[in-house]
Amino acid sequence: MGQISLSAVTKSFGDVNVIPPLDLQINDGEFVVFVGPSGCGKSTLLRLIAGLEDISSGKILIDGKDATDAAPAERGLAMVFQSYALYPHMSVRKNIAFPLKMAKLSQAEQDRKVENAARILNLSNYLDRRPGQLSGGQRQRVAIGRAIVREPAAFLFDEPLSNLDAALRVTMRQEISELHQTLKTTMVYVTHDQVEAMTMADKIVVLNAGRIEQVGSPLELYRSPRNLFVAGFIGSPKMNFITGAEAKKHNCDTLGVRPEHVEVQADGPWTGVVGLAEHLGSDTFLKVNVPGVGDLTVRVSGEMNLHHGDQVTLGPQSGKLYRFDANGMAL
Amino acid sequence: MATEHSRTAARLMVSPAVILLFLWMIVPLGMTIYFSFLRYNLLMPGMESWAGFDNYYYFITQPAFKSALVNTLLLVAGVLLITVFGGIALALLLDQPFRGQGIVRVMVIAPFFVMPTVSALVWKNMFMNPVNGIFAHISKSLGFQPFDFLSHAPLASIILIVAWSWLPFATLILLTALQSLDREQMEAAEMDGANWLNRFIYLTLPHLTRSITVVILIQTIFLLSVFAEILVTTNGGPGTASTNLPFLVYAQSLLNFDVGGGSAGGIIAVILANIVAVFLMRMIGKNLES
Amino acid sequence: MSRKSTPARQAVVTVAAWTVGFLIFFPILWIFILSFKTEGDAIRTPLGVLTSGWTFESYHEVQERSNYLLHFWNSVVLSVGSTILALVIAIPAAWAMAFVPGKRTKDLLMWMLSTKMMPAVGVLVPMYLLFRDFGLLDTRIGLVVVLTLINLPIVIWMLYTYFKEIPGEILEAARMDGANLRSEILYILTPMAVPGIASTLLLNIILAWNEAFWTLQLTTSNAAPLTQFIASYSSPEGLFYAKLSAASTMAIAPILILGWFSQKQLVRGLTFGAVK
Repeated sequence: MGQISLSAVTKSFGDVNVIPPLDLQINDGEFVVFVGPSGCGKSTLLRLIAGLEDISSGKILIDGKDATDAAPAERGLAMVFQSYALYPHMSVRKNIAFPLKMAKLSQAEQDRKVENAARILNLSNYLDRRPGQLSGGQRQRVAIGRAIVREPAAFLFDEPLSNLDAALRVTMRQEISELHQTLKTTMVYVTHDQVEAMTMADKIVVLNAGRIEQVGSPLELYRSPRNLFVAGFIGSPKMNFITGAEAKKHNCDTLGVRPEHVEVQADGPWTGVVGLAEHLGSDTFLKVNVPGVGDLTVRVSGEMNLHHGDQVTLGPQSGKLYRFDANGMAL
Repeated sequence: MATEHSRTAARLMVSPAVILLFLWMIVPLGMTIYFSFLRYNLLMPGMESWAGFDNYYYFITQPAFKSALVNTLLLVAGVLLITVFGGIALALLLDQPFRGQGIVRVMVIAPFFVMPTVSALVWKNMFMNPVNGIFAHISKSLGFQPFDFLSHAPLASIILIVAWSWLPFATLILLTALQSLDREQMEAAEMDGANWLNRFIYLTLPHLTRSITVVILIQTIFLLSVFAEILVTTNGGPGTASTNLPFLVYAQSLLNFDVGGGSAGGIIAVILANIVAVFLMRMIGKNLES
Repeated sequence: MSRKSTPARQAVVTVAAWTVGFLIFFPILWIFILSFKTEGDAIRTPLGVLTSGWTFESYHEVQERSNYLLHFWNSVVLSVGSTILALVIAIPAAWAMAFVPGKRTKDLLMWMLSTKMMPAVGVLVPMYLLFRDFGLLDTRIGLVVVLTLINLPIVIWMLYTYFKEIPGEILEAARMDGANLRSEILYILTPMAVPGIASTLLLNIILAWNEAFWTLQLTTSNAAPLTQFIASYSSPEGLFYAKLSAASTMAIAPILILGWFSQKQLVRGLTFGAVK
C-alpha cells in the first residue's frame, strides 16, 4: 500500500509562506512527478511528505493513517536524495543494509535482501566497494538499492538525476521507470526537467510558487494545459505565445502554438525571415521573425533547406491553437 | 533539517555544554566579584569584612598596576607583531619549492609543541644566561661584553621567548592559506603584467586576510594570559619590569595572600580581556562570516 | 605555478629555508645535545660542547632525583582524559549547532568562544579556594575537570566547523532509513567526521599537555604533570644544564613526536576550519 493524501497543507519559514494551502491525493502504485521551476516549493513539498520538515498546518495521511506528526523513520517511506547521500565510510553492502540494520533484522535476512536488491540493480560485483570508488550511475543505483530493501510504502525521489551527465540520465530514467513497473510501488519524484516528468509520470503535478497549477497525466497536460504557466512549462521547445493584434483576431489575449504545430505553408498567415536555423537531421528548428507577431520557434520534421535570412511563410496546424484570457487561463 | 523533533533534540544535546560553560563562567566569576569587595587575607581567616571599592582603589593605584597593564599590552602587541610579520615571511619562503621541504617544515613546527615552562627555562639558562648562555659565548668570541638579557631587557626577552613558541602556529596557518591560493589567478595576474610586489599586495595579502585574523584571534586569547614564562624566567622582575596583569594578580593573591586585592585585580583583567574581546569579535565576525 | 625556478634561485631558497628552519629548531636540538653531556661539558663554549664526550648520566640523575614516570603519567591522564571528556560533551553540542542551526546558533558559538577570553587569573582565587575546600588540590580528577572546561569551547568550535562540511542530506538519509538520533550520531556522523575528530583530539591533547597556568597553580606533587616537574628546575638547579636538558627532553619528547607524526591532521585542526 502506498496512498498519500495531503489536505490543506501549508508551510512557512518564518514570515515567508512557501506553500499556501494545498490538497493532493497520491494513489497506491502511482508514479507522481512534481515538476516546476526552481524555487517553486516542489522539494519542500517532498520533504514535508518525508517528515524532514514540519508542516505549518494541515494534515498528511499515509495509507489512511495520520502521519502529520510522525518522525521520518515512522512513515515507512524511502527517499533518494539529489546528492545520493550515500554513507561514504561504509561499503556498498553496508550502505544498502543500513536501513535493515536499523530495523534490527537478523544478519541472514539482511544479507538475503541486500543480495536480492544488488541483483535487481546490477550491483552484485560492487558490494564491497566504497561509494567513492563508484561512478555516478552506480552511486545512484546504490541509493535506490538502499531505498528498495526497506520495501517502503512509497519512494520519494528528490531530483535524483540532476548530477548525472545527459546520456546517463536517459538510461537511469528508463531504469527507474522499469523499476516502477516491477515493484508497482508508489513513487513520488521531484524534478525541474519537464522531459523527465513527461517520460516517467503517470501523474504530473505542476507547481509554481508553492501552488498546484495543474494535475494530470502527461498527455492531458500537453493537450489541454489549464493556463499559460502549464502551457509554457510542458513541452519542448516551449510553446510560442503571441499577443496583441494577432491574438485579438482569435478573440483572446494570448495565443499559443507549439513549435511542432507550426508548418511551412505556402498560403499560411505568417510570413517572416529565418533568424536561426538548427539542422539536427531528424528535425530542423527554425527561429523566424514575423513582423507584427514576433519571433516564432518552429519545429519541422526531417531536413529542411532553409538558412539565415531566407523568407518563409508559416501557418498553424488546424485545431492546434491554444487561447488564453487576460488572466492567463485557457479558454 | 528542522522539525520540532530535531529542534527539541538539538536543545537537549547542546545543553550540557552550555550549562557547564555557564557554570564555569558564572560561579568562580561571581565568587571573584564577591571577594573583590571584601577585606580578605588568607593569613587572617575569619577576619573578612566589607571593603566596598577599596580593593579596586588599592589595586589600581599601586605603582605596579600601571606597569603591569602596559606590560600586558606590550607583550600581546610585541608577540603579535613578530609572529604575524615573521609568519608571513616564513610562509612565503616555505611555499617555494626546495629540497627537503618536509624536514624544514617539521623543524619549523617543533617549538609549538614545547611546553611554556621548558621553553622559558631553556631560553633563560642555555641562551640568555650572561655567563654560560650561547648568546654570551657568541658575544665574548666577538669581543663584546655579554648582555644580561633578563635583567636589562626582561620584557623584550620574554616577548622573544613567547614569540618563538607562537611563530610556528602563525607560519603554519599562513602557509596552509598560501597553498590554497588559486594558481590560475596568479598566472592571470602575471599575464596582466603584475610584478611580484603587485601580486603580493593585490592577490596574496587579501587572500591571507582571513587567516591573519584567525592567527590574531587565537594568539590574543593565549597571550593575554601568559604566565608560566614569566614565573619561570624573571618572576615578574626586576622590580615589576616584566610583571603582566595575570602575574600581578597571582603575586597579590597567592604570594601576599591578599584575596580581596587579587580578586579585584582578576576582575580588572577580565574587563580588559573583554574590551579586547569585543574588538576582536567585531573583527572576526566580519572576516569569518563569509 | 609559472615561477621560473632557475637553479640559482632554487639554491638561494633552499639555503634560506634550511637556515631559518635550523635557527628556529636550534634551541630544541641544543637541549637534546646538552642532555647527553656531563655538567662540566655542558657549560663550555658551543664548540667545546660539541667536541666533548657523550653520556647518559643526566638521565639517570633526573630519574633518581624525581619521579619522571609519575609526572609523565599525570600528563597523559590529564591531557587525554580532559580531551576525551570534552569530546563527549562537545560532539552532541556541535551536532546540534551544525545541523539544526537556529537564529541564535552563531551567537551561542561566539559566547562559548568568549568564555575562552576570560583570563584564568580572573577566577584564580575562587578556583584555588574551591579546590582547597573540596580537597581537590593536587588531585588529577580536579584538574581534568578544569582542563576539560578550558578546552571545551575550542573543541566545540573545531567540531562545529568540521561537521558543517558534512552534507545534511546524509544525516537526513539516515533518518529516513530509520536511524534514531543515537544511531545517527554513532553510526553516521562520528565515523564520517573521524579526520576532524582526530585533529581536534590531537590539538587538544597538545594544548592540555602544555597548559601551564592551572597545572602550576593547582598541583604540587602527586598530580603534578610535566609542566610542574620542569618548573621545579627553575632555580637553582637550572644552572645544572645537563640535568635540566635531560628533564626538558623527557618532558617535550612525547608530545613532539606525537605532533610530528600527526602533522597533517594538526594543520587543519590548527586553522580551526577557517582556512581550507
